[in-house]
This record gives sequence, structure tokens and C-alpha cells, in this order.
Amino acid sequence: MASYRLNINGQLREVTVDPSTPLLWVLREDLKMTGTKFGCGISACGACTVHVGGIATRSCIVPISHIGDRPIVTIEGIGQDAVGRVVQKAWVETDVVQCGYCQSGQIMSACALLKATPRPTDQNIEESMGGNLCRCGTYPRIRQAIKAAAAQLPKGGE
Amino acid sequence: MVALLRNNDRPALNRRGFLQVSFGAASGLLVSLYLQPNPPGEAVGQEGNPTPPPQQPKVFPPDAFVNIRPDGKIVIQVNRLEFGQGVHTSLPMVLADELDADWTNVIAELAPAADVYKDPLFNIQMVGGSGSIAHSFQQYRELGAKTRAMLIAVAAERWKTTPDKCRTEASVVHGPAGESAKYSELAAEAARKPVPTNVRLKGSGEFRLVGKPTKRLDSPAKCDGTLKFGLDLDLPGMKVAVVAHPPVFGGRVKSIVDTEARRVEGVREVFEIPLAKGSGVAIVANKYWPAKQARDLLKIEWDLAGLELADTAELWTKYKELGRTPGMVAVTQGDPAALDKIAPADRILAEFEFPYLAHSPMEPLNTTVRFDGDRAEVWAGSQFQTGDQMNVAEVLGLKPEQVTFHTEMAGGGFGRRAVADSHVQREAAAIAKRLRGTPVKLVWTREDDVQGGYYRPMHFHRVEIGVGPNGLPAAWRHVIVGQSIVAGTPFESFVVKNGVDSTATEGVADTSYVIPNFHVSAHHPKVNVPVLWWRSVGHTHTAFVMETLIDELATRAKMDPFAYRRKLLKPEAKKLLSALDLLDQASASWRNKLPNGHALGVSCHECFGTGVACAVDVSIENKRPKIHRATVAVDCGLAVNPLSVESQFQAGLGFGLTQLMAKGAITLKNGRVEQRNFDGYVLPYIIDAPVEVDVHIVKSAEAPTGCGEPPVPVISPAVVNAMTRLTGKRYRSLPLVSV
Repeated sequence: MASYRLNINGQLREVTVDPSTPLLWVLREDLKMTGTKFGCGISACGACTVHVGGIATRSCIVPISHIGDRPIVTIEGIGQDAVGRVVQKAWVETDVVQCGYCQSGQIMSACALLKATPRPTDQNIEESMGGNLCRCGTYPRIRQAIKAAAAQLPKGGE
Repeated sequence: MVALLRNNDRPALNRRGFLQVSFGAASGLLVSLYLQPNPPGEAVGQEGNPTPPPQQPKVFPPDAFVNIRPDGKIVIQVNRLEFGQGVHTSLPMVLADELDADWTNVIAELAPAADVYKDPLFNIQMVGGSGSIAHSFQQYRELGAKTRAMLIAVAAERWKTTPDKCRTEASVVHGPAGESAKYSELAAEAARKPVPTNVRLKGSGEFRLVGKPTKRLDSPAKCDGTLKFGLDLDLPGMKVAVVAHPPVFGGRVKSIVDTEARRVEGVREVFEIPLAKGSGVAIVANKYWPAKQARDLLKIEWDLAGLELADTAELWTKYKELGRTPGMVAVTQGDPAALDKIAPADRILAEFEFPYLAHSPMEPLNTTVRFDGDRAEVWAGSQFQTGDQMNVAEVLGLKPEQVTFHTEMAGGGFGRRAVADSHVQREAAAIAKRLRGTPVKLVWTREDDVQGGYYRPMHFHRVEIGVGPNGLPAAWRHVIVGQSIVAGTPFESFVVKNGVDSTATEGVADTSYVIPNFHVSAHHPKVNVPVLWWRSVGHTHTAFVMETLIDELATRAKMDPFAYRRKLLKPEAKKLLSALDLLDQASASWRNKLPNGHALGVSCHECFGTGVACAVDVSIENKRPKIHRATVAVDCGLAVNPLSVESQFQAGLGFGLTQLMAKGAITLKNGRVEQRNFDGYVLPYIIDAPVEVDVHIVKSAEAPTGCGEPPVPVISPAVVNAMTRLTGKRYRSLPLVSV
């Protein structure tokens, strides 16, 4: 067991866990932040996507001991961000979700995409969203929502 | 399937505490629905009129379906699991429309297990057969209309007028002299009124919500991480369990070495539990990660003696041999020898292979149980609350009414949460039994899911067609080989007729194409691999076979795929014909000017009462089909929520593409499943799905039919029909390993 001080959604949180514990399970079980989802445990589905140091990261394979002082943003905090707010709104307006289980990860990946590429092409979308599995298959509306969000964002991202 | 799993001995459910003023619309209605069917000639209740069970009327909780709160919020109970299909919005729309409720103040909740929430047709509480709207549309309309009538009765009394002089809008009753009263002000008194037995339902022109594209109620909470799924449940003192399952289905634990596993900090117990077949080892810890770590450190010796070691290659050999012999007859019409009289040059012989498929819903399977000796509580995203509740009760030595069963939001399911043996709930109950008083959440890892069985069964089809001089099929002999999904379950006696599991032959045996000499038979070999319905069930493979062969026949007859299908369809296949006509119009703008290297693929299929036609624009990129566009036309009767129908079809095509993925197959070697996770069993990602899907709904005032499963069957045949045009090859063996 070891103690870690984490910057999550702008707040300082402290946890004492086994160093091998993936960030995903620290979020879900120690911090009770269950918006980030467990899908596969091998970074193959993207349901667990969060931002670590601004980069879309599969939290199911990152041990807590590897986080260091990089800030973490999760689905619970992305709405505090201008891009995140627009993306969440576009998701609701486009009525993207079905079962909704993968959508936290989809939204986190979409936010990372739009921060780096405010006017994404279809190819940009396929590359950035390519590892986020949606078993319901909501991909056409995900694509539509990303384009709708992009249209509302200033050209330089934030 | 009316009497299925009937259990009428349960008393009314002790509902969770609502606010003190709760308004009952349900009691009398349910008495009338279940016990006193409307006498002939009454206006309501034609559609889902079940056989009345012979018993005395029971008192139902007054707030079973509608609760009008003092703050004006109207809480509507949804008698189905929500797992993506949108019923958590659509059924409340139906009730709220007849109630004239203010939609912005409607809250939907998933109902727990209770008799009142059983499917009016199947008489178990379940989601399946695309029946949520089809079976409960009338029920929810009546609930809304009767509730409204009771509110109006109170208002009319107050204003000393008659109900017919009052009108309602947005949760307010308006009187003839300009009086008005909010529903929330009338609810307490209305709850004491008798429930009317007969009310007028709205005409189709009077709907305010039904038929209007309506956004999902659960969408905001699914976009900000606040919605709780079953796996997100957290209870005081809760422990987390994982189970080590045998490497071969039905294996038993011979010995366990758990020294290292027990050293993992947080691990509380390691013990053997019975499984639906065989046994496994449960690891209980304070959290998931230590439980998972401990499982990886367990050394288990398994007893596999006497177990059949299923092997995909061997199974194909066996299935192909079986397919060359006639099976049990599903349908026979015309002259069975007609085929043999047709010249070999005019015959087509086609053999098809379909692999095992795992459902793999995004939310791994899970169930939480707390056992308190004389009662238990269960939390599960279940498609089969009635059965799961009974099975948990059986494991715990309780009666079903001693088990409170909460329906949790589920992250997909596609049939995987509707399992007759409740194997996941049984595991959770067996663990909770040992940890009496402590809530335990059982988590199936993705590996458990991919390797855990309950797959869409492997199927082999052998089809011989004799083509007539007009290019139409004159004779058709079809043999289907595959495990029965209902064998050994309570459904067997309803589904299996003459030795044929109709869920394996549906889509062929009941085809809407005119085939004068038609013979379909089936073999159902027993294999040591548990199998299950997978979204759209038999239609997953039968539609593929029929629609690729019909396309082949059209090409051979040098006819347009639309024209050929229209010519061959029975005139009574109205929904398919209307969907084809609409597709013809809707795809005209693009399908005749495709770029070079692109091809059109067409298919149509009717299932669960819904007719669907699909056209795709496909090219081949990186040796895989690239679907640039799909246009779908749907005849599902009245579309209750067109936005939801559109969504089901836009996305459901993507689900249907599972079986075209290069690694879209579960295979076995020496009894062991060869895939472990999403790296070996690779499902459709955004790049595999159609870039655009436009959905067109046939305008209809007919009773609504399901839209959960009908999107799935049409896409794969449409795509390979396009690919055949591009490559000249026939694609009859799935998964689509190479193009």
C-alpha cells in the first residue's frame, strides 16, 4: 500500500492503495467516481478513457503509481471545460446515447480530439475515436455530434 | 408463451417509500387487465389481452405505475429493463400522452420485479422478442387514460360540472368557466376514486407526444457520468467478488491452492461455489482489483472427466455431414421431389457457415445480492426479472416474494441478460449465501464474458434451389444445422415443435417469398457449449442466407434487386413491400450515381412484425468493406418515438456487422474458447460502421411493432451483396476473414 496525492478535476484527492491498482479502479472504488467505466481491462474498448496531463488515456491499464503530478480530468469534470461543455451538450442535442455505458469514454475521446483539432475531418474522427467501442453502434450519431460540437467551437479550440 | 413461468402466489410488492401523496391508477386497471378481461364490445384492451389466471383479485400497490407528486413531478414506472433500446422514454411517452401530462415534469423509473410489471402477453417480466412497445403500448395508454379520467372526475365534482365539460393539458384540468387545477392538487383525492373500467383512448390525430421525435430522458445523466449502472452500485459494507470458471464448460474444482491469493491485501474469502453446470471458485475482497489479482494467483486443478471437449473444426465436419441429410421437417409444401426434376444446370447449391458469437454488452455482467437469512435483496440489470428472482430464491432457500429484486440500468444486453438458468444471479446468490448479511457485488470480467458461453450458436445451412424458366425459384430444399437455444429450458415446450426449434428456422420457414416447392428441415445437435438468443435470434443467420441467395437469383435472372424482390414477395407481405417501395424512393438520389469502385447492395427482411429494407454503398478499402452510406426503410406500424426508431436502426446496423468482422467469431479448441477479450474477438468500431445512415419510416397507423431486433438482420447480406458485385465472389462463410 502507498499513498498518492492526485489532482482530479482540479481538486486534490489522496488515496492509499496498492501501487499496481489501475487508475480506473482508484476512481471507481476509492473515490466513488463511477462515471468512468470498466469495459475490457486491456485498453481495447475505451470505456475507461480519461485525460491525464491533457492526453486521452485508458485508465484501465495505467497503474496509479505512474500518474505522478499530472492532472486528471474525468467525465465528472469535463463539463467545467469550455470544449467539454459544448461536447456534452451536442451529445444530448443529437440524442447520441443508447445504453450509454461507453459514452463517458466516447465524450472524453471526442473532447481530446476537438481540443487538438477543432475542425476534424471524417478521417480525424475515425482515427481519434477509432479505439472507442460502442456495442449499440451509435457511431453515426457520434460522428454527427462531434461535427455539431465543432461548429460551435471557436476555430482555435479553447 | 402466455403461461410461461407463471407464478401467481406472490403478494403485492412492498414498494420503496414514495412521498405520502401517491396516486393510484394501477390497481383497478390491473385487476381488469389480468383478472377481468373487458367483456366483448368494450373499447379497450384488445391487443394484449392475456388469458386470465384463475384466482381471486389481489390488491395491488396504488402507485404501481404512476405517482403524481405534490411538486408536480409525475413518476412513471417502466415495466422493462432499459439497456439502450429507449423504452425508458418511449413507454412514459405513451402513458404521459393519454394522461396529458406535462412532459417536462415526467420522471421515468425502472420497476422492480413484481407481478404487476409482467409482460401482458408473455406473463413474465422480461425484455425480449422486440416486445416492449408492441406488448405494452395498449397497457400504457390505458394507464394514462384512466389516470386522467380519475383526475377529471375530482375536478368536475369540485366545480359542480360534468367530466365531459373539462379538458386537460400539461398536467392541468381546465373547467368550463375558466377554472383550473393542477394534477398535483387533485391527485390525493383522485386516488380514492374508483378506477374506471372503460375509457376513451385518443384518436391518432390527438396525440401530443406519440409519433413526435422525442429526446431520451436518460441522455443527460449518461453524458455527465451521473447515471448509475448495475456495476456502479455501491452499498455500505459491500464486498466485490469474482469467480474462477472452469476452462471447459461443466468442469468441476478438484483442488484449490489459494495461499498466494489469500495474501493479497483486501481478500476476504476464497471458496468453491456451484455453477449452473460444474463448479467454480469465488474470491471475495473489499474491492475489485484485489479480487482480480487474487484470482490470477489461484492454482486450481479441474476435474474435466467425462466432459465433451467441443472443437470448432470438428463441429464443422459434423455439421456439414448432418446438413447433407434431411432433418426434422420445419415446413414442406408442394412436391418434395420437384427439385430433382430440374436440370443440374438450373440448380444452385449453396452452403453457409456461421460461427458462435458472444453478445459482449459494454457493461460486463454483474449482480449484487445481500442475503439476510429470511429475505434477500438483488440488484441486477436483468432482461428476465421473474426468472432471475425465482432462481436467486431457489439458491437461497427462499420463496420468490422474500427476494426484493431491483432492476438496474444496464449497459447493453442484446439477449445476454435473459438467461433461463440465471447463471450469473445464481453465482452471486451462492456467494452472498456464504457472506450472510453482507452485500456482495459479483463482477464478470471481460474474459469471463468472452469465454463464458451462452453464445449465438454456430449454424450450417445447406440450400439447393431449382430455378424455373422465369428466373424465379421453382424448388427449394433447405437444411439448417445448429444447437437449439431453448433445449432444456422452460421455453422448450413452447418453441420446439416436431423436434424443430423455430428460433433456428425463423426467417426461412416463414419466408415471405413465394416458393412453390419448399422444404425446410433442421438438425439440433447437442454440444457442450451453452447457447442463447442473440439480438434478432435466428434471423441473424437466416436473413443472411435468404437475402444473399435471393440477390444471386436476381443477378442470374438479370433483374434489378428491387424488382426481383417485389416480384417474388407474397402480396400479403405488406410491410416488406411498403419498406421496399420507400427504400426505392429514398435511395434513388444516390444509388444510380455511385463512384467507380463502389457498389450497391440491397436486402429486405421482416421479423418481430417489422418490415425492413436496406441499401448500402460499399467499396473495398484495406481489404475490408467500407460502408459509405446505408439507407433504411422501416414499416413498424405507428412509430411511437421516431427519433428512437431512427436511433435503433442507425446503430443497430453497426451491431449487425459483428458477424462480418474478420475476428467476429468465438472458436473452440479442445473444449477451450480460443478468444479471451476484445483483442481476439474484435467487434465493430467506428471505422467498420456505416459513415452515414438515413432512416425512413413508413407512415402508418397500425399497431406499433418492435424495433430492437429488426435492424440487425438486414445489414450483413446487403453489404456482401454489394461486395459480390465488386469482386464476383460469393461470401457464404462467416466471419468474413478475407475479402
